[in-house]
Order: sequence, then C-alpha cells, then structure tokens
Amino acid sequence: MIRREFLHRGTVAAGILGIHPWGRRLGDWAGALTPIPTADKKRLADVALEAARSAGASYTDVRIGRYVNESLSARETNIQSVTSSESYGAGIRVIADGTWGFAATNNVTEDGMAAAARQAVAMAKANAPLQSEPVRLAPQRGFGEVSWRTPIETNAFEVPIGEKVDLLLETNNAALSAGASYISSALYFVNEQKYFASSDGSYIDQDVHRLRPGFTVTVVDPESGRFETRESLSSPMGMGYEYLSGRASGKIAGPTTTVYGQYYDMIEDARNAAIEARAKHDATSVTAGRYDLVLDPSHLWLTIHESVGHPLELDRVLGYEANYAGTSFASLDKWRSKSFQYGSPIVNFVADKTQPMSLAAVRYDDEGVQTKQWDLVRNGILVNYQATRDQVHVLGEAEGQGCSFADHWSTIQFQRMPNVSLEPGTAPLTVAEMIAGVEKGIYILGDGSYSIDQQRYNFQFGGQLFYEIRNGRIAGMLKDVAYQANTQTFWNSCSQICDQRDYRLGGSFFDGKGQPGQVSAVSHGTSTARFDAVNVLNTARKV
Amino acid sequence: MTLISERDARRLLERVLAFSRADSSEARVTGRRGGNIRYARNTVTTSGSSDNATLDVTSTFRRRSGTASINEFDADSLERVVRRSEELARLAPENPEFMPFLGPQSYVDTSPWADATAAITPEVRARAAGAGIAGAKTSGLAAAGFWEDEASTRALMNTAGLFAYSRDTNVDFSVTARTPDGTGSGWVGQSYNDVSKLDARQASEIAHQKAIASKNPTTLEPGQYTAVLEPAAAAPLVGNLLYNMDARQADEGRSFLSMPGGGTKLGERVLGTDITIASDPTHPDVPTAAWASDGRPLRPITWINRGVVESLFYSRFWADKQGVSATPQPSNVILSGGTDSLEDLIATTERGVLVTRTWYIRTVDSQTLLYTGLTRDGTFWIEGGVVRHAIRNFRFNESPIAMLNNVEALGRPVRTGRHMIPPMRVSNFTFSSLSDAI
Repeated sequence: MIRREFLHRGTVAAGILGIHPWGRRLGDWAGALTPIPTADKKRLADVALEAARSAGASYTDVRIGRYVNESLSARETNIQSVTSSESYGAGIRVIADGTWGFAATNNVTEDGMAAAARQAVAMAKANAPLQSEPVRLAPQRGFGEVSWRTPIETNAFEVPIGEKVDLLLETNNAALSAGASYISSALYFVNEQKYFASSDGSYIDQDVHRLRPGFTVTVVDPESGRFETRESLSSPMGMGYEYLSGRASGKIAGPTTTVYGQYYDMIEDARNAAIEARAKHDATSVTAGRYDLVLDPSHLWLTIHESVGHPLELDRVLGYEANYAGTSFASLDKWRSKSFQYGSPIVNFVADKTQPMSLAAVRYDDEGVQTKQWDLVRNGILVNYQATRDQVHVLGEAEGQGCSFADHWSTIQFQRMPNVSLEPGTAPLTVAEMIAGVEKGIYILGDGSYSIDQQRYNFQFGGQLFYEIRNGRIAGMLKDVAYQANTQTFWNSCSQICDQRDYRLGGSFFDGKGQPGQVSAVSHGTSTARFDAVNVLNTARKV
Repeated sequence: MTLISERDARRLLERVLAFSRADSSEARVTGRRGGNIRYARNTVTTSGSSDNATLDVTSTFRRRSGTASINEFDADSLERVVRRSEELARLAPENPEFMPFLGPQSYVDTSPWADATAAITPEVRARAAGAGIAGAKTSGLAAAGFWEDEASTRALMNTAGLFAYSRDTNVDFSVTARTPDGTGSGWVGQSYNDVSKLDARQASEIAHQKAIASKNPTTLEPGQYTAVLEPAAAAPLVGNLLYNMDARQADEGRSFLSMPGGGTKLGERVLGTDITIASDPTHPDVPTAAWASDGRPLRPITWINRGVVESLFYSRFWADKQGVSATPQPSNVILSGGTDSLEDLIATTERGVLVTRTWYIRTVDSQTLLYTGLTRDGTFWIEGGVVRHAIRNFRFNESPIAMLNNVEALGRPVRTGRHMIPPMRVSNFTFSSLSDAI
C-alpha cells in the first residue's frame, strides 16, 4: 500500500515539474547521466599528454572522471535522507626524471588540463633528488579507442526514487512487524564514468556501476537493559538494480536462515533479522574453547579479505604501506621457496578482475592494463601476489596484472586488491552434509567485528549469527562469539569446502588503504568452508 | 575555484539560493587545497596536490527534503544542482522528524587557520621528506613517512537567514621506521594547524629511536597487566567512548549509557573520579571551526566531569522532542591530565607494559563498549621505573569504560590527531593474545 501511494505521489510531482522521474536523460538530470562526449575527453586528454611531454615527462596518464552517487537512508517508518552527488575532474600522473608526480584539477578545460600536467611534472622533478629507486614501468601496448560498461540489466540511476523509497519503507515495516525495536536501512548507488588516456596510446572509456543495500535491526529488552542487533546478509555487488529483485533463483534456504547469492530479497531478510535478533536475547553465551567452525560465505568473505587479500598486496610486502596499513608476513622469500604452505592442499585462491557481478570487475585498470585472472595460492602453496606496472619486475613478470585503481579523479592510482576468491570444493558437498560431519562446532553467518595486525598474522572475527553444532546437528543459537587465529594456522586447518552450488560473493564497498586514504570496492567469492579446532572467545563483559 | 573568501562565499551562496523555488533551502560550499608527499624504503614514492570545491544544496517542501551536490560552478551547474535537490525533495516522502533550517546564530571566535600552512609548497614537503629519509639512512633504518597539508574554507547559508563561514588549515606528519632485520619498528605521528610548530626532522628521530629500541622483542605471556599508554595508544579508545554518547541511542535503550528498565546514565558516575572529558573549539592546541555542519554553534562542553556523565549530544529533532538544548557532536576530544611527562609515568611504574600506539580497533560489543585491537610499533616491558626491553605485540580486548575506571596516573595532555590526550597508567589492561607482527 505504501509502495503504490508513494509511486503515485512521485509521478504526480514529476509531472507538475514537467520533467521525467529520476534517471531519464532529460531536463535537469542531463548533466550527470549523459556521458561527456568521448571526442571532447580525448581532445582534453591529448592537451594534457602533450603538455606533460613538453615539460619533460617520459610517461603520462590522464584520467577524466565523473563520479555520480545516490543514496537513501531510512529509520523505522521515516525516510531520513535522499541525496545525490556528482563530481567531475581530472587527475594527471607523470614520470619525470624517474619519479612519479601527480596533480588533479576540477578545471577540466584545455588550459586547466595543461596547467595540471605541468604541475605534475614540476612535482616529479622537485622530488627526483630524493629518489633512490627510479620507477621501472612494465611496458604496456596502447589499445587505441576502446570502451566497456558493467553488464547490468537495470541502471539503478534510472529507477525512480519512489521505488527505492518504497523498498526501504517495506523493508523497515517487515522488520518492525516481526518484532524489531528499531531498524536503519540504506541504499547506495555508484556510477563511475571513467576515461583513461596514456602516452602508450590508449583511450579507454568505461562506465562502472555498483550498489550496496544494507540494514541494522535492533531488538531492545527494556527490562534487562540488553540490546541485540542483526545486520543484513546482503553483499555489495557490481550489478544494476536487478540485484534487489529478490528473485527466487538468488536464494538459498540454509540450515538456519535464508542466504542470498545473485539476487537479494531485502524485505525477507529484514523480517528474518528481526526474528533472529529477538532470538539472540535467549541464546546461550558460548563456552570459550576450541571448535570446528563452519563459515558461510556471508561471513568468510571478510576473513579472506583480511587474511589473504591484504597480505598478498605486493606494495605491502615490499614496505610501501609500512607507515599506514602495514607490511605482510607473506614475504618474498616465502614465495620464492615455492613451498610456503599458506593453507591446506584443498585451498586455492584466485585473483580476478573479470568476474561478472563482482565489485572490482573492469575491462581495463587505472593504468591501462587489460584485466585478467591469476592464481595466488594453488594447492595451498603461495604462488603469486597482486601488483601494478611499476612492481611486476620484482616478480619477474613483463606486464601489469591490472591492479591499479584510484577512487576518484582527484586521487592518485596505486595497487588495489582485485577480487580474491576461494575456489569451491571439487567433490560434491552441501552445507547440510558438512554440518553433519562436525561433532563440536559453530556455524557462523554474516560479517561482524574484524581486526587483524599490521603484518596479517593475528586476527579476530565476530559475526551476525552463531549456531552451536553438536554431533552433526544444529543445537541452538549462541552469542558472545569471536574467534582468534593465526592466518597460516587457520588456512591450514581448512578441511572441507562445499561445492560450486554454494558459491557466493561477499564484499567490501569501502576498503581503506593508502595515504591519503582511499577506498575501493572488492568482492570475495567462496562456498561454505570448515576449519578445525579454532580458538573461540567469549566476549561477554560486565562493566 | 577552491578556497573562497567570506565575501565571495556570501555572494556565491546568495546567487545559488536565488535559484530556489522550494519552501526553504540551504547551500554549503566547501573548498580545499591540499598537498602531500609519501615516502617508503627511504625513497619518495608519490606526491600530489589536489584542488576542489563542492557545493551542496538542500531543498525542502513542507516536511520533505532532498540534497544534491556538484563541483562545477558555472551558472548552468549552479541552477542544475538546485533543481536536482528540489526534485529529490519532491520525490521524498514527508519526514516526521523534519526540522526547519536554523536561523541566524552567534559563534565563538576560534583560530584554526595559519597562513604558514596555507603557503606550503612542494619544496617544503620535499625538504621534510628529505630530512626524514636522511635521518633514517644515518641510523641504518628503512623509513616510510607521509606528510599531508590542507587549507580549507566552508560556508553555509540558508533561507532562514543563517550565514556561517570558517577556514581551517592542518598538517599531519607520520613516520614508521623499521630495522633492516625486520625485528624492530617505531612510529611517530604529529598534527598541527600551524606548520611552524612542526619539526619533521625532530619528529622522525622519535620513530627512529623507537625502531632501534624495539628490536628483538621477547615474549610476555598474554594476560592482565598494568599498562602505560602513550597518548596515541589511548586516543582511539577515549574517542570511541565519547562518540558513543548520543542521547537518542541512550534514550532508546541501545547504548552503554542506557539503564535497565529505561532511562539513561546522565548524571551517573561511569568512569573514575579523575576522568574529565571535554571538547573545546577554542582550545589553543587543537582549534576547530566554531560551527557544526548544520550550523549549530560549537562551544566548550564538559561531557564527563570527574567520572560523571554531564552532557550527551543530540540531533536537533531529538533535542526538540526531549525539550532540551540541541548540543551537537564534539569537534575535538580533550581528556584532562596532570603535569607529568611520559618519562615521569614510566619512572613511577613498578612493572608494566609501555604501548606506543594501538591499531585496527573495532567494536566487539557495543553494549559494554568492548573493543579489540593490537599494539604496534614499539611495545616495551617496564620494571623498577625503567624501560627494560622490547616485548612482542599483543591483541587486546578492552573497554574504555574499564580502562578509564582503572587509571592510576595521568600525565600532561598532548595533541594526537584532533584530540588532546595525556599519557596514562592503567591497571588490569586485558592483553588477550600474542601477535607475531613487527
């Protein structure tokens, strides 16, 4: 009912103004959603390339970007905010005297581009006397004029605002009707219109789409003064609005709750969340000790991200991130040994910037390298890292891996994580069959608290839902659960991985790294996996 | 366009609001000019500069509102962003929690701007990096450092008659130095509004000394220990406590300040009697703008007074509903201390763990404000008032509520980030496991 009323209201309002609902390429929306003509961008890029070359650059790349975001947030029965933003500008990166220089400007005119290019060269030259490791850039052939777009069914920016408002209000109503005391929900949509040109001869136009739905349900017990929360089991995705269609083919009825793959049913998940947050009040506080963990993809993606994705970033390994994110235990000597047992023999991690629906998927990265898939860990052995063009010489590789990314036109590109995923098991195995084989264990769904040290040895993770497994059966809900482990020990305790049927993507929309800090979006695919004898803490405290 | 004067900001925002067809509207322009230099492995890696300005417009029709932003300032763009905010507002449902824009306000005088910081050139940044690198090489260390400076202006105007303007400068400098054998690591971080207070060479030396001193750490079994926390180690936990003092969360029963059976701990003692936490935009060492993003005045506020909860922060809606003053969130955190130096605290510690900094802190339980995180870049064993040797890093699981009830001594507050935090000695700090990380 709310949905119909609101749609009607939205349509009438738009009619009065004489413009189409949000996203139609007419009227006031034209600026943000109509791509800037490629010929204009090429002309501006060529001005910058030439200005940099004349000023002494041996290499230049130019990124002209328009970044369009839309977000809506709701709390209980109210829409709290509806916002739209766009940002347009250019970032120019050069090598001069063997040193990187970078300048960005929102003055995207021929004069503005030339000035920024000269500024980038001046900066490189100013820093060159401090440079003791001149940049060694892997060669890259130019692709000429090419383009790519995230393969989406429905452009989220063309879906009327009213429909999004209704989705949030119905989500919140579902939770409140099922006993939630409070719910905050939000939708976030990103469109990056990225144009890349380089002195290698590439002119690459890409239109990238991502979205992130989510909510937090809270159930308060006023008498005890306790409150419990349950966050959504959704994942941010490199998809259009179709992810929110809730199609049945995207759902998996798990042993304890419904989980989601290619499509997400936000309303159903909110209803389940309220029921489960209520149940947490009566859950058993876990007894600390060793348990076999059965980890759902909605949880395990984050453990993969922190304990595999980040330690295998080559810039961390080499020390370039020492002052902020840290370095890595996965040192080059371990890789060179060809025998470092990162995980058990069934553990295979793949880096992939081409995976459909994933957050990091593009055809070309932000330094003009065509993206690909490659092995990081094969049969448990560390075999490779994630690297940019100026790092691959360390690995003896002759071309970039496609891992360069900048989060905005105003920020400098650097090595960012590709999608890093755990290959599903090759033998047929369902989650129910996996649980049936566990004597004393905990089944964990959803991502919660997460923390890991600066070399990625010691980590601690919470979750959203915890169920005790006793003699092969789910024996009830637990709370106050966190597990602590060492990365290598943990992945070597991986004893089973469910097959392809259970494979799903999780991911981070705001993975932070670098100075100044930048965010990136990255997916991690996995099937449910089992880890033996992991140390579990009880996190209950009295203060 | 990037930085903008008060006069030009007023003129621009008047022009923007003149496009409005909404019942009411508010426009905000933010300009930023920044630069940075980054080095690692004793060599410069990246440096850059960035100029940008953003215009945000919020339009309202009755109780509906929409916000749009843009960073283009030609006449067409100015009108476009107004129209888009109006369209979003028309499409949004009425918000029962809608609050009309604030009228004219008066603000305290603050001084967060320094001409010297606004005038920083790439050569200044390169000299700072050069000094850090040279010192590290002399000491046989590998240094990674980052310098970032920025100058920014903010202005807000609405159709209810409010106009606010502020300008800030800031510079942050940090260094991590590591020993070549990978067994030692040291860190320093300093922030100032005025760059003339920053001596990059001297700061770098602290990181270098820590790196050398932290070599070859020995193992101390995890457990509860007396801890001497340097300001950078304590600041994230203190900050997290203050940022959880939202009145609505407490009133709704979902905060560490909620009481069983209803009500809040406002007026109750929750921390030790030696703990007073305030915020103050006029503080000479950590000055901030005098107004919050919605135009509310920021004034000196005491949040915790000798362990007793004295103030909570409110949204304007919740304050209106509760019939109280709408105190905004703090712009800095000032934990009162004494006059002792860190060295004085160490000298009076019989046995304890000295923590340089804490890292990767995340909430484990928001009911008890239990956080987990790790020590990093210099963890040492103190015995008999003397730092004896380096020890391996720990993971901790600790609540700032427990920590600030266990304070034995507070030293002289120093600026760390946007906070003023004293070094402190606390008993029974929970180090729950060892980390192999250096």
